Amino acid sequence: MTTSPTPTATATDEKYRGPAGELVDPSTTVLSARDLVKTFGRVIGLDGVSFDLKAGEVLAIIGDNGAGKSTLIKAVTGAIVPDAGQVFLDGREVHFRSPQDARQAGIETVYQTLAVAPALDIAANMFLGRERRRKGPLGSIFRMLDKSGMKTDAGKSMANLGIATIQNMSQAVETLSGGQRQAVAVARAATFATKFVVLDEPTAALGVKETGQVLNLIQQIKAKGLPVILISHNMPNVFEVADRIHIARLGGCAGVITPQSHTPTEAVAIMTGATTLEKG
Amino acid sequence: MSVDTQAPATAAEQFARRRQSPLQRIQHLLHAHPSLSPLMVLIISCIVFTIINPRFAQPGTISIILQQTAVIAALAIGQTLVILTAGIDLSAGAISILSMLLMANLAVNNGVPGFLAILIGIAFGTACGFCNGLLVTRLGLPPFIVTLGTLSIFTAIGLLYSGGASVGKAKMPDILNVMGTRFPIGPFNITLGVLVVIALAAVVGFALSQTAWGRHVYAVGDDIEAARLAGIQVNRVLLSVYTVAGLIYGFTAWVLIGRAGTASPNAIVGANLETITAVVIGGTSLFGGRGGILGTMLGALIVYAFNTGLALAGVDDQLRILTIGVLIIVAVSIDQWIRKVKA
Repeated sequence: MTTSPTPTATATDEKYRGPAGELVDPSTTVLSARDLVKTFGRVIGLDGVSFDLKAGEVLAIIGDNGAGKSTLIKAVTGAIVPDAGQVFLDGREVHFRSPQDARQAGIETVYQTLAVAPALDIAANMFLGRERRRKGPLGSIFRMLDKSGMKTDAGKSMANLGIATIQNMSQAVETLSGGQRQAVAVARAATFATKFVVLDEPTAALGVKETGQVLNLIQQIKAKGLPVILISHNMPNVFEVADRIHIARLGGCAGVITPQSHTPTEAVAIMTGATTLEKG
Repeated sequence: MSVDTQAPATAAEQFARRRQSPLQRIQHLLHAHPSLSPLMVLIISCIVFTIINPRFAQPGTISIILQQTAVIAALAIGQTLVILTAGIDLSAGAISILSMLLMANLAVNNGVPGFLAILIGIAFGTACGFCNGLLVTRLGLPPFIVTLGTLSIFTAIGLLYSGGASVGKAKMPDILNVMGTRFPIGPFNITLGVLVVIALAAVVGFALSQTAWGRHVYAVGDDIEAARLAGIQVNRVLLSVYTVAGLIYGFTAWVLIGRAGTASPNAIVGANLETITAVVIGGTSLFGGRGGILGTMLGALIVYAFNTGLALAGVDDQLRILTIGVLIIVAVSIDQWIRKVKA
């Protein structure tokens, strides 16, 4: 297939996108992706996908395995570089070459794999990769870490998100439950994100009660005013927390709906291609 | 607003808050302070050896143990860094010998000033470590295979370069032997090498526990994927670890000349494995992410305390080797047990 390099050209996506799917001017959104294309050899990962993330919303991206939801998220967080298309952050076009670029721009991602170092304590995990040094010569010459300061701030972040069950910041993460570990990862993302937080299947490895805790955290992040992109194929979770739901299908977008406009059953039907969204 | 609403304690939660058995408390204590177990082993074994043969506690014996331990302890500092990243370095001793032969031969046969010869030797050791690091990070080979290969390569280069010949003490400039300088501290007879190794341990221990680099070393060994996702440049950390280890092995060559008095290609033959023994007995986990320099120092001391203590007790040489083997297995078993600690 051929793709057009200009954003104004027609993409495969320029059709009816569901009740919440109207694309808006990128200058009014936190994140806008336009006509993203990514191919892996002959496999088409993304076939001209566009979406918007608006301020303060939880946007869920659902889709069957291989529908392109992870590829879509990787393309806007620098984990892969799209072959064509544009990404706008706060109205300005960005080109992320690595996850570090996205992270520096204020985008934080939480992965399903409980990406915390088990033997390190909670405070160390919160600040992993961006440790703070002490002030004065102890920090600048001896490069000493500001351990107590980081511990205090880790405690504050956890408290801000209402994570009351974890008190001791010098507790090794391996002594925590799966849900608590994921809470640490989510708290880390919420603390350092300035633009938005991406949660990639954050509850896939968790039990029911722990899933509830993570969903609660998503609400807390939203309450802080930070938009969230949630990737999941757990319909009840998605319908509980999402404001809008982007349905990925076969590398494209099968529509954007809201929990009010459609039922979970209808969403699954659209996701699997049993029905399609119709105009009108 | 709290994520976890405070419900009345269920049976399971009450179970979770039960009093811990003494064994569990020991497990938790060891989990929090991994160098406690080698410390206890060292103290208990010293008491037992002293009871068996009071000569063990004499300052002269202790001084000799410290002098014997210094070289392996120094190499084991580098080995600890590598093992903390879940790697292993089989070439530690080979790099040190190569650096030592370079220092001695440059100074004696090529007329290079002593101090410069030492610097070149250390730089060469660093380069060897850097090679190990490049092979591990760029080619993605397992550290075991890389260092098994470089063990042979570095050993062969050392033999080829030196022609298998030793360089004697008499010909060497004094600075090469300076680490062997003895002086009394109280009743003890300490060499400069011992003090330098203690200082080296303090510096590396500080870097591991107090700097971001140290934290990244632990994180990479603990869960390399989590470290990568947290934005740590994993390959850069690994490369730095192998390079610093090479630097330490090169530096140890200087200590080794002072200890041995000569520069022989057959010095410290067993050193490659002995460093691993010291690290493991010191409570550092072969699976990475756990342990530290203090434990390694204790581990190295334990090996030599056992050697000397069992010799003074009149135990057969083979039984000494056997005992060290048992210690290794016990140490790793304890590590596995500690890892199963519950919240």
